[in-house]
Amino acid sequence: MKLTPDLLHSTHDWNWLILIPLLPLFGVVLNTFIFRKAPEKFIGWFSSSTVLISFILSVLAFFQLKSLPIQNRSIDVTFLTWIQVGNLSIDWAVLLDPLSVVMMLIVTGVGGVIHIYSIGYMHGDPGFRKFFIFLNLFIFFMLWLVMGNSYPILFIGWEGVGLCSYLLIGFWYKDMAKASAGKKAFIVNRIGDWGFLLGMILLFVNFETLKFTELFSKVNTTYTPEITPTLTLITLLLFVGATGKSAQIPLYIWLPDAMAGPTPVSALIHAATMVTAGVYMVARSNLLFSLSPISMEVVATIGALTALFAATIGVRQWDIKKILAYSTVSQLGFMFLGVGVGAYETGIAHVMTHAFFKACLFLGSGAVIHSMEHAFHKAHVHYDPQDIRYMGGLRSKIPITYWTFLIATIAIAGIPGFSGFFSKDEILWKTFASGHIFLWVVATITAGITAFYMFRLVYLTFFGNFRGGVESEGHIQEVTPYMTFILILLAVLSVIGGYLAVPHALGGHFLIGEWLQPVLQDSRKLPSLAYYQEHHSLMLEFGLMGLSVIIAILGIYLASKYFNQKPQELTVLTQKPKGIMKILENKYWIDELYEFTIVQPIYKFSIFAWKVFDATGIDGFINSIGSLVVKIGEHLRKLQTGYLSNYALLMSIGILFTIAWLVFGK
Amino acid sequence: MAHFTLTSIIFLPLLGSFIILLIPRKFEDTLRGLSLLLSTITFGLSLSLWFGFDKSNTLFQFIERYSWISELGIYYYLGVDGFSVLLVLLTTFLTPICILISWDTITHKIKEYYFSFLFLEAAMVGVFVALDVFLFYVFWEAILIPMYFLIGIWGGKNRLYASIKFFLYTLVGSLLMLIGILYLYFQHSGTPLTFDLVTIIQNVSNTPIPYKNQIWLFLAFAIAFAIKVPLFPFHTWLPDAHTEAPTAGSIILAGVLLKMGTYGFLRFAMPLFPFAVDFFTPLLILLSIIGIIYGALVAMVQTDVKRLVAYSSVSHLGFVVLGMFMLNHQGVTGSVLQMINHGLSTGALFLLVGVIYDRRHTREINAFGGIAATMPVYTTIFLIVTLSSIGLPMLNGFVGEFLILLGTAKNNWVWTAWAATGIILSAVYLLWMVQRVFFGPIVHEENQNLTDMNWKELAAVIPILIVIIWIGIYPSPFLEMIETTTDTFLKSRSILTISSVQFP
Repeated sequence: MKLTPDLLHSTHDWNWLILIPLLPLFGVVLNTFIFRKAPEKFIGWFSSSTVLISFILSVLAFFQLKSLPIQNRSIDVTFLTWIQVGNLSIDWAVLLDPLSVVMMLIVTGVGGVIHIYSIGYMHGDPGFRKFFIFLNLFIFFMLWLVMGNSYPILFIGWEGVGLCSYLLIGFWYKDMAKASAGKKAFIVNRIGDWGFLLGMILLFVNFETLKFTELFSKVNTTYTPEITPTLTLITLLLFVGATGKSAQIPLYIWLPDAMAGPTPVSALIHAATMVTAGVYMVARSNLLFSLSPISMEVVATIGALTALFAATIGVRQWDIKKILAYSTVSQLGFMFLGVGVGAYETGIAHVMTHAFFKACLFLGSGAVIHSMEHAFHKAHVHYDPQDIRYMGGLRSKIPITYWTFLIATIAIAGIPGFSGFFSKDEILWKTFASGHIFLWVVATITAGITAFYMFRLVYLTFFGNFRGGVESEGHIQEVTPYMTFILILLAVLSVIGGYLAVPHALGGHFLIGEWLQPVLQDSRKLPSLAYYQEHHSLMLEFGLMGLSVIIAILGIYLASKYFNQKPQELTVLTQKPKGIMKILENKYWIDELYEFTIVQPIYKFSIFAWKVFDATGIDGFINSIGSLVVKIGEHLRKLQTGYLSNYALLMSIGILFTIAWLVFGK
Repeated sequence: MAHFTLTSIIFLPLLGSFIILLIPRKFEDTLRGLSLLLSTITFGLSLSLWFGFDKSNTLFQFIERYSWISELGIYYYLGVDGFSVLLVLLTTFLTPICILISWDTITHKIKEYYFSFLFLEAAMVGVFVALDVFLFYVFWEAILIPMYFLIGIWGGKNRLYASIKFFLYTLVGSLLMLIGILYLYFQHSGTPLTFDLVTIIQNVSNTPIPYKNQIWLFLAFAIAFAIKVPLFPFHTWLPDAHTEAPTAGSIILAGVLLKMGTYGFLRFAMPLFPFAVDFFTPLLILLSIIGIIYGALVAMVQTDVKRLVAYSSVSHLGFVVLGMFMLNHQGVTGSVLQMINHGLSTGALFLLVGVIYDRRHTREINAFGGIAATMPVYTTIFLIVTLSSIGLPMLNGFVGEFLILLGTAKNNWVWTAWAATGIILSAVYLLWMVQRVFFGPIVHEENQNLTDMNWKELAAVIPILIVIIWIGIYPSPFLEMIETTTDTFLKSRSILTISSVQFP
């Protein structure tokens, strides 16, 4: 056996890594079978602690990895054979490297705090235990997604998180709309998975391995320009998968509906972790993408367009979670823009900062919804607790929620000093530096729109006067310490998280970027990413940075001009939308378009296939032969007794005749 | 002792079925209990195949070969290889489950019912282990009779139409196959004439059957098998037969009987007529891909849960046929594994549909809604089986479908692209059904007080669940068994194709 670098490092010392994904599974099993009657607190803390221990182990893994020389930071650990057929060989195995460890920390870290938050949020829900089982199961699959050492193992996680998403969106299944949203998410994701599966299979057909380290070194060493079309096809198919999982055009439509799930789910799955899986996958496959310039252009363009498109919709939504959902779609677009122009580490940096501030925003919205529900319930009014038209003035009533929400909003708006600024601005800069001027313009405008719709949300929710009725107003109260503690923690991270990604231009070290270099080194050497080595004027970079800050401030100013007003002047809340606003409020009628052009035709064809082709066509033909036989049979009535046993008898006789014929035939 | 393993697996249920006939019909629970006991012992016996199977032996194992009608070259010749051993195990595994699930639901003509079932089991095992073409045909035909009774006597409202349709469809196929067998026997079995399959394959690989004859012979066999599978457009008997059959009948029909078709291709049609296989492969690929998509689309618009599951079989079996005609490792091995997977998943789905049918006496999707609230355990299990059928990784279905799709892509990735739409569509039709049956508010009063699964139902379905998860996470023992034969299968074919250049 040849000693490859992989094998050298795959020692038993690293077997403990399996505990990281298995601990949450342990939580699933125990909560399912053993703790059926356990009290809420116990179940909640038990499953939270499995994730927190996984987090601690991930931190340990990080430091162990960091202690290794840079070129050795790739640990492949195999546990069990999964599928071994012919030249295909897939193992249950993990890959610990700078990229996977960052994702593990995000997943278990953010996952852990959202578990704790949920203990408060889900308090009293009859499905409390079920919720934590699903949440733990999600962490289990998400960890396989980021830790798997091959595409198929990644795919296990990929599909598994999709399942958990389905289960959690439809968590309150008695509401058909919620169940329907879950199903929609699964199916739209499946369309993406079709591409992913196909891309993965084509990788195997062309390179005979699906293991990341083997595959990439093989591609790197055997690359010739002739395989570029193949790689382009493969990467485009993989990206189809990413557009499903990470809600990009044209498959983004499931994510806004996914807000039907409990809010911690929206924070964890539909903002911080699962939806970033597509970005992770592209970053993981960076060599393949870097070798296919066409795919890179597609990724960057789709990313930028999705960012803009979703941001515009966010301008005219009233549901607090829907606004955040479109904002997530938009931010994911930024991430794809980043990886699409080859700035993989920046894309991942934005995954991280976004995980902090968007989790904070969602959990904050959860706190708002919780308070509103409580108040409306007490006051016996039936307003929608998620509709910001019934909010207003919450600033003084739920101050912790307000401040944390505000901090996270500033972070997403791109104000210097907060995390979102660093990662987003680095994406804008890399877009510009790589020569994508048009995409840069699109993204910069989007940044301004982002600041606008986010501050619109803040003003309508927390400023002005309360619009939810006098009776309810007195009942608004801050949520439990479980939840506020987590909000504060995430708000702090939304500020300081960015300091891991301070660009060199600002005197920082872009720590996360440097940390990820070993994973990206093969891509960096390619001519398509040569702009990385080029020298750019600092003045230019500062100038663009200043411009994007001005645009963000402009967005905030406009939001304050229109929405930070006295109640009687907020006529926009009651007016019927006209022109462009009508289009935006109806989300460009994309769902309706799909329904009309895809869903209905398929449905109608299927009905035709069943009722006409099967029933009239094939069966009609068969039955007419049948009735012909019956007609003949009427002449041979004596044989047609209609008793089953006679047919059997007849058949036995037939067999006997056959044998006899054979005997005489001989 | 090992020499009689296969015989005992066939004859224990056969003998049992006649013992059942001797017991007076008033001892109902004795009849049930005895059938359950016998089929469980049969399963126990068949486990010696699992443990005794030699994964390094690429030939037939557990061979029993005795001259039966020596003048005609007919042998009592049994044996298993990697393709058939798991199918035998699947049969003996599902039969006790079927008998258990029938315990409370079959209340009239109990004696005949269990007689039919045990007789059926014997014949099914026989089909998979017979290595003599004549013997195979006897078992193949013997299955028709009990199955016909199962649908016709214990079936639903429209059972007569369904059973006759089933009978005629398969009979047409069988007759074609019989003609094929006789022609093969007289013209190409060698001298002396023989029905011994192994010898015939040996002989035709030495002196290949002329091209034109291969075409006709293949057609005769292939139509019989295609009806059984069923391959599009021979599938219309299946939804009727499934919908009308009693629960256990559906489980066996989907779980085992359909596999006789796919198994027939692998065991007979493909090794015997290699040139014809080359000629017909494009057509069969086309039909199987159409079947995958067509079956899924039609399943989507069904209003009867059972009929939906029946159409889903058309789609899933399309994958099986597609895989085997790829003639590469992943395709063939995946195809055989997928036969087992489909037997487990769809078998379990039919079992579960039976559970609510017994409570509500309807299978109309509209009659349900919101029953997750009243039957949580049932819902959970149903969902797991659904996910296995959808091909979610870590459950069995994915392993087979992935291998088949990968094997297909080795030949032509565009086929894979089309076939893989089946994974999208399976999610559409199954999850839409799940949503309408289990989720939403309870709109029908009758669903308010449904009881969750009882211990018998749980005892029947949990073994299937365990295997579903086992194959999903650690399929190696299964794959290794299949692989031993895949290797030989592919090698013998490549030798055949290279050694004889007889194209017209």
